[in-house]
Amino acid sequence: MAAPESANTSTGLLGWIDQRFPLTALWRSQVAEYYAPKNFNFWYYFGSLAMLVLVNQLVTGIFLTMNYKPSAAEAFGSVEYIMRDVNWGWLIRYMHSTGASAFFIVVYLHMFRALLYGSHRKPRELLWIFGCLIFVLLMAEGFMGYVLPWGNMSFWGAQVIVSLFGSLPVIGGGLVDWIRGDYVIADATLNRFFALHVAALPLALVFLMIAHLMALHEVGSNNPDGIEIKKHKDAAGHPLDGIPFHPYYTVKDLLGVMGFLLVFCGVIFFAPTLGGLFLEAPNFEPANILQTPPHIAPVWYFTPFYAMLRAVPSFAGTQVWGVMVMAASILVLFFVPWLDRSPVLSIRYRGPIYKIMLTIFVVSFITLGLCGLKPPAGIYPLLAKVCTFLYFAFFMLMPWYTSLDSVKPVPDRVTFHG
Amino acid sequence: MSEQVDHSRRRLLTGATVGVGAIGVAFAAVPFIASWQPSARAKALGAPVTVDASKLEDGQMLKVVWRGQPVFVVRRSKAVLDLLANHDDLLADPKSDHSLQPDYIKGSGPARARNAEYWVGLAVCTHLGCSPLGAFEPNNAFQVAGTDLGQNWPGGFYCPCHGSKYDISGRVFKSMPAPTNLTIPSYTFAGDARIVIGTDETPKTA
Repeated sequence: MAAPESANTSTGLLGWIDQRFPLTALWRSQVAEYYAPKNFNFWYYFGSLAMLVLVNQLVTGIFLTMNYKPSAAEAFGSVEYIMRDVNWGWLIRYMHSTGASAFFIVVYLHMFRALLYGSHRKPRELLWIFGCLIFVLLMAEGFMGYVLPWGNMSFWGAQVIVSLFGSLPVIGGGLVDWIRGDYVIADATLNRFFALHVAALPLALVFLMIAHLMALHEVGSNNPDGIEIKKHKDAAGHPLDGIPFHPYYTVKDLLGVMGFLLVFCGVIFFAPTLGGLFLEAPNFEPANILQTPPHIAPVWYFTPFYAMLRAVPSFAGTQVWGVMVMAASILVLFFVPWLDRSPVLSIRYRGPIYKIMLTIFVVSFITLGLCGLKPPAGIYPLLAKVCTFLYFAFFMLMPWYTSLDSVKPVPDRVTFHG
Repeated sequence: MSEQVDHSRRRLLTGATVGVGAIGVAFAAVPFIASWQPSARAKALGAPVTVDASKLEDGQMLKVVWRGQPVFVVRRSKAVLDLLANHDDLLADPKSDHSLQPDYIKGSGPARARNAEYWVGLAVCTHLGCSPLGAFEPNNAFQVAGTDLGQNWPGGFYCPCHGSKYDISGRVFKSMPAPTNLTIPSYTFAGDARIVIGTDETPKTA
């Protein structure tokens, strides 16, 4: 980020600032003269949308803390107070709860884009790893946020998830008491989840998002052709197939923002619970230690992983295997850049095997999500087992099928199709 | 002062400083990590509860609260205990293989107790956490809220929410909504009828 020679040509207030802080230089290097491939398509909206949702969560979250009370005695009542008595409180709360689901939707699509176009491949491995860490933190953030309203599903969901740690051999029991700060999910648990949810994890998320962007701007964006635009540069040293992020992609992303807000506001105003998918019905009752909800299901964005947890039967007297499978299903994501051995990056130039495997993966992930929402009865346990197997097959067999797969010739310059 | 930099000395000193610093950070982390342990107040509220069951007559029950959960203490007569072994084929989990109980309960067979006379168990239905009612008199079909518990009722617990039936050792009958037997917490005796709930160890001073 060395300052261009022109950085000191600014005058007036901006000049005064530029001599003391690299404002113009930063703007140029990161935005106005950050060259991105000119063939970005629909799939490239979701990075900027994730940032928009993060800002939405931070702003609405800060305003929610002004009326929320993180104690077992008052939490449920204070959320009802926000919904009924605080001016516009219902809107701020629904923006936050819908934002949580929206965050996962855009992040899942953003990650799928990487699998489509090989955006995790060299030299973007660290960029991908930062992204995976963001995903893990986001899951922790979502879980703890769901506990805060202290509804009955909050309470029993926390009970189930925290109990997972109890299945670990030797340290399990002590670890669970340490996480809860009590012998049951209690006031101490709620209070510390609040601290993590509003301070520790958002700080870590913002820090990781900055690292994610810095890594991106260091190596440059991938594109739907999966080829390196820096190979062909003009006389000024700018990539021939690149266009400055501003104004070209700021304007394009603005269109994405409008489309997103249309759907987002539609949900907030007309279906904030989305039929029990974004906010579950048992959570409109206060936490009750004596009454478990008839069917405990996590919020939709966790259900694929919850289904994998339930798909693994307990044996040798412990439930730890399911917990290990669930942990592995997330850990395996970190290794994708090295599991993929294809000579090409983009799905456009890959053979049929990868296309089939990716389709199977997407179908099994969505099916797992469905299985996790349903009680474990009828066809669902078997379906979840099959899909867990397929989920792991996509990753574990990747080194073989990606190197066996046929490839098409990769163009020298970016193309515009599809 | 020498122009020469002694690099190996510099590395050693830097390494030593980093090492000592790391130990300091590790020690400084202890209070923060330990602050997540159950607090003194939580420990006091989660401490074992002592119950004096000496005033219980046969067929009577005490309900005490331990760690926010209701616990049954039931005194059982010899006649009721004699019936216990006769209905294993009607039970879902007669040996409590799939139910929660401390290891030392296992040896007591159908009594499921450290002392067969006193039964101790969580008053939390394993179905959906309702609190079952006691119906201890055998062969009395209408003793709980007019509910017909059937002929040959051996005496036990009845959950009014969804109709789960347990015998007087908290073992659930077959085809009930409840999947497993009533949970038995850790407990011990500190005297003939002084029961300490929440610990496995016999206290030194009774």
